Amino acid sequence: MFGYVFLQHYWWFIISLLGGLLVFLMFVQGGNALIFLAGKNEMQRQMIVNSTGRKWEFTFTTLVTFGGAFFASFPLFYSTSFGGAFWVWVLILLTFVLQAVSYEFQTKAGNLLGTGTFRAFLTLNGCLGPLLIGTAVGTFFTGSDFTVDKAAAGDSLSPVISAWGNGWHGLEAVADIRNVLLGLAVMTLSAVLGSLYMLGNIDDDSLASNIRKHLRWISACFVLFFVAFVVSICLSEGFAVDGSGTVYMEKYKYWHNLTGMPAVLAIFLAGTLAVLYGTVKTCACRNYRRGIWWAGAGTVLAVMALFMTAGYNGTAYYPSVTDLQSSLTLSNSCSSQFTLKVMTYVSFIIPFVVAYIAYAWWSMDRKPVTREEIENTADKY
Amino acid sequence: MVDTALIGWSRAQFALTACYHWLFVPLTLGLSVIMAVMETLYVVRKDEFWKRTARFWQKIFGINFAVGIATGIILEFEFGTNWSNYSWFVGDIFGAPLAIEGIFAFFMEATFVAVMFFGWDKVSRKFHLAATWLTGIGASISALWILVANGWMQHPVGMEFNPDTVRHEMSDFWAVVTNPVAVSKFFHSVLSGWMTGAVVVIGISCWYLLKKRDTEFARASIRVAAIVGIIGTFAVMFSGDSSAVHVAKYQPMKLAAAEGLEDGGQRAPFSIVPGIEIPGMLSLLATHDPDGYVPGINDLLEGYTAPDGTEVLSADDKMERGALALAAFKAYRENKDTDPEAAAEARKVLEENAGYFGYGYIEDKEDLVPAVGMVYWPFRIMVGLGCLLLLLMAAVLWAEYKGKIEKIRWLHIAAIVSIPLVYIAGQCGWIVAEVGRQPWAIQDLLPVNAAVSSLGAGAVMTTFFIFVAVFTLFLAIELRILVKAIRKGPEKQI
Repeated sequence: MFGYVFLQHYWWFIISLLGGLLVFLMFVQGGNALIFLAGKNEMQRQMIVNSTGRKWEFTFTTLVTFGGAFFASFPLFYSTSFGGAFWVWVLILLTFVLQAVSYEFQTKAGNLLGTGTFRAFLTLNGCLGPLLIGTAVGTFFTGSDFTVDKAAAGDSLSPVISAWGNGWHGLEAVADIRNVLLGLAVMTLSAVLGSLYMLGNIDDDSLASNIRKHLRWISACFVLFFVAFVVSICLSEGFAVDGSGTVYMEKYKYWHNLTGMPAVLAIFLAGTLAVLYGTVKTCACRNYRRGIWWAGAGTVLAVMALFMTAGYNGTAYYPSVTDLQSSLTLSNSCSSQFTLKVMTYVSFIIPFVVAYIAYAWWSMDRKPVTREEIENTADKY
Repeated sequence: MVDTALIGWSRAQFALTACYHWLFVPLTLGLSVIMAVMETLYVVRKDEFWKRTARFWQKIFGINFAVGIATGIILEFEFGTNWSNYSWFVGDIFGAPLAIEGIFAFFMEATFVAVMFFGWDKVSRKFHLAATWLTGIGASISALWILVANGWMQHPVGMEFNPDTVRHEMSDFWAVVTNPVAVSKFFHSVLSGWMTGAVVVIGISCWYLLKKRDTEFARASIRVAAIVGIIGTFAVMFSGDSSAVHVAKYQPMKLAAAEGLEDGGQRAPFSIVPGIEIPGMLSLLATHDPDGYVPGINDLLEGYTAPDGTEVLSADDKMERGALALAAFKAYRENKDTDPEAAAEARKVLEENAGYFGYGYIEDKEDLVPAVGMVYWPFRIMVGLGCLLLLLMAAVLWAEYKGKIEKIRWLHIAAIVSIPLVYIAGQCGWIVAEVGRQPWAIQDLLPVNAAVSSLGAGAVMTTFFIFVAVFTLFLAIELRILVKAIRKGPEKQI
C-alpha cells in the first residue's frame, strides 16, 4: 500500500508540519522575550507570563515530538546532527530547561533566586531559543562540517559512523550570515507571534498599547531578516541529489525547488502573505485582536514550505560541506520501510490529538486574561 | 581507539540525568493517582473539603512536575548528543517508541495539565476531573513507551541486522511492544511511583499530625495514599518477581552480579548480606523452581552446560564469533559491489554469527562483568526498603482506621523519615537495572564503547558539570518551595 519513497516523503512532510507547528508555538518564547520590554509594571508582567504560561507545555511537547519524530523517521539525522552539532543542541536544551522551571518557580515563596531571575530566564529562552533553533535549521540550506561512514561500524576499535569536522561542534554555524539571518528571522517572528497572541489573549488597554508600540519595529525587523534569508538562499548554490544518490552542487537550487514544486511555492506564498496580513492588520487597526490566527496559520504554512524546499525535489536536507557524499538525503538517512509504515499508522491519530488540544484550548481561552483575574485568582503563576 | 575517558563521562552524564529525572517522575506518577482519587471524591460527594485536599496535592504536583519535564527532555536528546552511533545503529527500532510517546502521551499531559492547574474557574467540574485523570494517564502512557524502549535495550527483540544499512531494523513491532521485559518494567516502575507518591503524602500528612494542625486534611490524605501505596507495593512485588525471572533468562550476568554469585549451580542460595544465605532461594526466585540452575559469573565467562543439556558458549568463544561477524561484515561491505560471490559468502558468515556481533567490540572478557558491588548492594537496599515501607504504610492505615493515628508520635516520625527512603529505593532499582546491563548499551548487541558519540572527553565533562549545577540548583529550589508550601498548608477556604 505504501511505497518506500512515498513513506520517506510522507515522513518529511510530518517533520515539516511539526517544524511549522513548533515555530508557531514559539509565540510563547516571543511573548517571554517581551516581558521586560512590554511589561512596564508587575501587573503587566504577570499578565504576560500568565498568558504565555498556559501554553508553554505545547511548545515544549512539540519540540520533544519534533526530536522524537526525527529519531523515528530519519535516525541518521538524529545521530549526525545531535552528536555533531553538540554545543548548539546543548545550548538550545539548556535555554528550554530554564524556561520549563521558571514559570512554576517564579512567584513561589522560597524560590531562592527571586522572581526577576526566573523572568530573566524566560526572556533568555525567549530570545536565544528561537535564535539558536533558526540558526541550526539554517544549516539545512548552507551545510555543515561532517562526514558519515556507515562501514566504520565494522572497525572494532573506532566504530565512528558520524564525525564532526571541527571542535566548535555546531557553533561555527554563526560564521555563515545566512544561518544567522534565519536565526534572527525566527527570533523576531516568534516575538511578532507572541505580541499577536497576547493582544488576543490579554484584555488590558495599557499593556496592549505597549505591545503594539514594539510590534511595529519587531515586524519590520522580521520582514528584513526573512526576505534577506530567502533571497540569499535562492541565489546560493544548493545541494542536489541525482537519481543514483550522488550529491552535487547546483546553482539556484532552492529557487529551482520553489519553481519546480508549484504547490510548495503556493504554500510558501500563502503562508508568508497570511503572516503579513495578520501582522499588518494588527498594526493598522487598534481594535483588531485576531491577528495571531492569520499569522499563526501562515507561519505553519511558510515554515512547512521551507522544510519541504530543503528536502524535496532531489535535495540533500542536511548537507555536508566537507564531503558532499556524506550529506543526508531522505533516502540515505531514513528508517526502514517497515518502521516508516508502522509510524505512518501511528500518525493517523494526530487529527484526534489536534482535536482534543483544540477543544481544551478553546475551553481555556474563551475568557481573556484580565487584571481582575490576576488579582482575584489563586490559580496563576 | 575510543577514548575511555569519553565513555566514562558520557555514561556519567547519562546516569546523572536519569537519576535526577527519576527523582521527579515517580512522584508525578503516584501523586497523579492520589489527587485524581481525591478530586473524584469531591465531584461524587460534592464536598468542598475534598476539593481543598485535591488542590493542595495538585500544588505539590505542579512544583515537582516542571523539573521532571526539564530533565526528561535532556534525557531524550542525549541519545543523539552523547550516543550518536547508538542512534543510528538501533534508531530504526528505538526511535519509534520515543516518537509515539510524544504523540500519545506528552500532548495529553501538556493539554490537560494546563486545564488542571488553571481551569478550576474556566471549565465544568466534570471536565476538570477528566483533565486531572488524563494528566495522570498521560504520565503513565509516557512511562509505558519509554519503558518499551528501555525494555528493548535490556532484551532486544523484533529486529534483524541489515548489513547494507548497517543497523538493526524492526521486523515485528508487536514483539517490541509486548516484550515481556518491557511489560514487567512498566508495571514495576509505574507502580513504584504509586509507592513514592503514597509515602510522600503520608510523610507530609504525618508532619501535620505531629504539629497538630490540619488533622482532618492529613487523616483523609493518609487514607487515600495508604490504600494507593499498599496496592502499588503488592503490584511492585508481583512485577519484581517476574522481572527476576526475565533477568535470569535474558541477562544472566546481571543476576549473577546482583547476587555476587561467583559459581552457580542448582539450588543456588540467595545472599541476604555477605555470609548470610538462604539455600535454594535464588533458584526459586530466578526460575520458580528451588532446584533450578542459576549460572554464576565464572560459569558465564568460562561457558557451561545447563541441566537440559544446552551448551552455553564461553566469553572467549562469543568474542571470537563477534570478531568473525565484524570481519564478515567488513568483507561484505568491501565486496558487495564488485564480487557478489565473496559478498554472499561473507554475508553467510555474518548471519551465522550476527547474534554475537556486539562481542566483536569487547576487548577483554572481564569487561563483560558489571561492577558487582554497584549491583549487589543497591538490590538489597531496594528490596529491604520496599518491605519496610510496606510495613509502614500498613501500620499507618491500621492506626488511621483504629482512630489512633493522631496519638502515635513515633509513627509520625517514621513516616517523615521514610520520604527520603522511598527515593533511595527507587534510585537503587534503576542502578541495578542500568549498571547491571553494563558493558552493554543494548544487551549483547552494542557495548557502550561502540555506541558513544565522537566527541572530546572535555566537552562531555563540561556539560556534565553544567548539568550537575543546573539540576542541583533546581532540586534545591524545588525542595525549598515544597517546604514553604507544606508549611503554609492547604487552603482554608476557596
